[in-house]
Amino acid sequence: MIYSLCFALILIGLYGVLSQRNTMKIVIGLLVMEYGIHLFLVLIGYRAQGVAPIVEHGTDQAAWVQQSVDPLPQALVLTSIVIGLGVLALMVSLSIRLYERYGTFDISKMKRLKG
Amino acid sequence: MPEVVVALILLMIVASLVAIETPNLLYSVVSVGAVGFLLSIVFLFLAAPDLAITQIAVEVITLVLLLRATAGARHEPASDNRSFFSATVAVAMVVVLAIFSVRMFAEFPEFGQPVIDRFADAPSNTYLRDGLEKTGAANIVTAVLLDFRAYDTLGEATVLFCAVLGAQTILRKKARKQPDEADEEVES
Amino acid sequence: MNQPRSSEGMSLIVKTVCGWLKGFILLYGIHIILYGHLTPGGGFAGGAVAASAFVLVMLAEGEQTGLKTFSRKAASTWRSAGALLFLGIAGLGLVLTGTFFANFWTGNESGGFGSSIQACELGIGMLVCSSLYLVIVTAVPAIKKQERPVKGEAP
Repeated sequence: MIYSLCFALILIGLYGVLSQRNTMKIVIGLLVMEYGIHLFLVLIGYRAQGVAPIVEHGTDQAAWVQQSVDPLPQALVLTSIVIGLGVLALMVSLSIRLYERYGTFDISKMKRLKG
Repeated sequence: MPEVVVALILLMIVASLVAIETPNLLYSVVSVGAVGFLLSIVFLFLAAPDLAITQIAVEVITLVLLLRATAGARHEPASDNRSFFSATVAVAMVVVLAIFSVRMFAEFPEFGQPVIDRFADAPSNTYLRDGLEKTGAANIVTAVLLDFRAYDTLGEATVLFCAVLGAQTILRKKARKQPDEADEEVES
Repeated sequence: MNQPRSSEGMSLIVKTVCGWLKGFILLYGIHIILYGHLTPGGGFAGGAVAASAFVLVMLAEGEQTGLKTFSRKAASTWRSAGALLFLGIAGLGLVLTGTFFANFWTGNESGGFGSSIQACELGIGMLVCSSLYLVIVTAVPAIKKQERPVKGEAP
């Protein structure tokens, strides 16, 4: 059931990308999709009553291995979060240039092509 | 404890619906910030402290960027007589995906039983068991990122580098002439 | 009332409090970067937190003071230096052991300071901090110029 809720978040972001006309709203839809995907990856790696995958001093190693959550999806999502910000910067720069060129954020009004 | 996570995800869904549907861009940006902060709390409940730290810091910078980007045009109504056809197509596509996903999630394992529980030879079991002695790092996520999967980190660093390079190129001063000057240049 | 600082940026209260906070945030970010192999965090998380310290300075004190603290050229240099450090450690692994990205300096695990993983984290932390700061510094001042045509004044 949790997976379906997370997928609903991804679908809401997809709906935002497909149906909105304001470029900033499209960017926001992509952002919501990103959150949903990151959440989904981390949910897959979760173990019931799990602890963080960090070895602490003086804990029983064998018991901790049975108890910790999966570290691999966390590693993938960690880099993805920071790269999401870099890609957001690219999208926002494009939005700003479009706004300067056409005077609006509305994509249905951007009809002037050169040449 | 999954109940808390379910409640937080429901809150995130409500906030994201507000973010997409509201016509005012300021409310939209603030709602998307709320989704990001709730996601950081969910990461804490899912035993992922590095992700929570990263998500909070990145969310703050995202909000600064989005707020300044929409500063000039917040009074513009964001969604105005949008065409009925495109809205219907969007909703239809989302509904189709949702119907297929019901069948897909019926085959999923239960929440709380990851791959490492079911298969003893999954790579993550090796990372957890031998991570400390093979790499010397107590934080297994860092050990995975910088020793077991270091090539992926190299790729990600390259992507970040190129994304910022692209943003700098798009917004450099030479490229931003007025539209009339640009048209005159093309014609001459 | 006499304002001892420039009039750019936010009010005096905000400037004072941010002046106290920026050092702590930057120190916290550097700690997360350097001890990423022992406590949660690492290069990506610590780089994001350290970048937010510089963004705080730019927002509270205004653009000019923010750029004097950490200029665009300095940010570009740190970015390239971080990427080169990361690649350098990987190449050093190639030179010393014969495998690219070999973990040649394991360090000691009990509160250990000094391992090739930590040097890689430092490189990535420098890269991420300067990249995220550059992103804000490129996009945010660029936007101010577009606010005027919207407000009804003829360009």
